Amino acid sequence: MPDSRALSHKVAIVGAAETEGLGKLPDTSMLELHAESALRAVADAGLQMSDIDGFATAGASPAQLTEYLGIAPRWVDGTSLGGGSFLAHVGHAVAAITAGYADTVLITHGESGRSRVGVGGGGGGSATPGGQFEGPFGLFGPPSTFSIPVARHMKDFGTTEEQIAAVSVATRQWAEKNPRAMMRDPITVQDVLDSRMVCWPFHLLNCCLVTDGGGALVLVSEERADDFPKKPIWVLGRGEATQHTNVSMMRDFAFWDHGALSGREAFHMADVDHSAIDHAMFYDAFSHTPMYALEALGFVEKGESGPFFAEMRTAPGGDFPMNTNGGGLSYTHTGMYGMFAIQESVAQLRGESGDRQVDGVETGIVHAPGGMFSLAATLILGNQ
Amino acid sequence: MADYNKPLPMPTPETQEFWDGLKREELRIQQCQDCNQHYFYPRSFCPHCHSTNVEWTTVSGKGTVETFVINHRAMGGWAEEVPYVVAVVSLEEGPRMLTNIINIEPDPEHVQVDMPVEIVYDAVTDEITLAKFQPVTG
Ligand SMILES: [Zn+2]
Repeated sequence: MPDSRALSHKVAIVGAAETEGLGKLPDTSMLELHAESALRAVADAGLQMSDIDGFATAGASPAQLTEYLGIAPRWVDGTSLGGGSFLAHVGHAVAAITAGYADTVLITHGESGRSRVGVGGGGGGSATPGGQFEGPFGLFGPPSTFSIPVARHMKDFGTTEEQIAAVSVATRQWAEKNPRAMMRDPITVQDVLDSRMVCWPFHLLNCCLVTDGGGALVLVSEERADDFPKKPIWVLGRGEATQHTNVSMMRDFAFWDHGALSGREAFHMADVDHSAIDHAMFYDAFSHTPMYALEALGFVEKGESGPFFAEMRTAPGGDFPMNTNGGGLSYTHTGMYGMFAIQESVAQLRGESGDRQVDGVETGIVHAPGGMFSLAATLILGNQ
Repeated sequence: MADYNKPLPMPTPETQEFWDGLKREELRIQQCQDCNQHYFYPRSFCPHCHSTNVEWTTVSGKGTVETFVINHRAMGGWAEEVPYVVAVVSLEEGPRMLTNIINIEPDPEHVQVDMPVEIVYDAVTDEITLAKFQPVTG
């Protein structure tokens, strides 16, 4: 069994710095305190910010800080357990660096605890970058924020509303086979286009459900994996990346580039190529999300996801079974649906998916955004 | 203006010049003096090369629509305005800003990705002027 002693004396702190000022800093926001600390610590190490490929923070979100700092790390930790969180981050970083998830980890703290500058203020965070530069313009949750990139994809690649609607239709066909799915009535592309306009180009049937529910996972080491009632489902590969929290700061609206980074990490670790993937779970908060995932992960070239979905290749009987539980669009979507995407991947790998079971699944991929495309995370799972 | 009933920004020390500029009907954006790139939103260092050698500049207020949505569902003060256009505009100088496209029919026949737009200073309260954009006139 792995022993933590193997990680002892493996990782060192090579840069450390505090903000220049301390005490009362009414001219510096919380994010600037993080940033100043970061720049000074990186300089202390004789490094450039572009060397940072792992990032941890508490209080603020890692996505917020990566946007502010202009970095796109391939490992992030936002464990937020109070004042001691940074000790925990150091421990997590030891594991991450030893595992090869990151080479150079930056851990930051910044808090305007006395002056309370840029820490929100009245009206729900109106002093944050999002509150200042997105909030005043009439955004109302995911339907009007997650959707912002897609017009660029439509313009650059000729992607049509009909092709986007096909994602919802294919996913509903899987839901018809799942007695636990909330929405099981068949739908057509025209039904999607005729459903109520929520936020152009998205109609109601382009949008995920809003439900209650939960899920959980238990993981153990290889040595114990065969001591349990069910056959083990192995974590073959993982990836993660983040570079923004406000959707207007997404670097490329037509291509999920940190989704691609996350995918490359997962395929590298699993040491498999795309032909090994038998089953896919691509988080479908909206019907364009799996399209961006398909392209980011390299299953098709940039701009080719529209025709791919229009050919119903992800539907039952297609050559790329995807979102076989019915997805966030038709099965369930509690808010943070990624747990359900993992659950269905495990069920398919265990052969427990009933009428919707895909034959011969040995390797599955799960890929999800967090926030408005801000996190990308990938798992490759296997049953062999 | 006291009855303005939509979310308002709360400036921070790093962003105050941007908001003060809009009040004077100037679009103030920072430019890195090392890599010469403009960037948005304001902060004390360049997010491209991480230099702290940055200066405020007044930019043209012209740009193009990078991407957009047309929101049909809203609450509060926005409810009476649906449908309306939320867009990301790419300024001539490079940075992108989230904004509204106004003075245009809010439908995808009229609003187009890559269409040229120019800034409109919308003084929504005595303290806050928002940078909105409209199709280039004339
Ligand atoms: Zn620069």
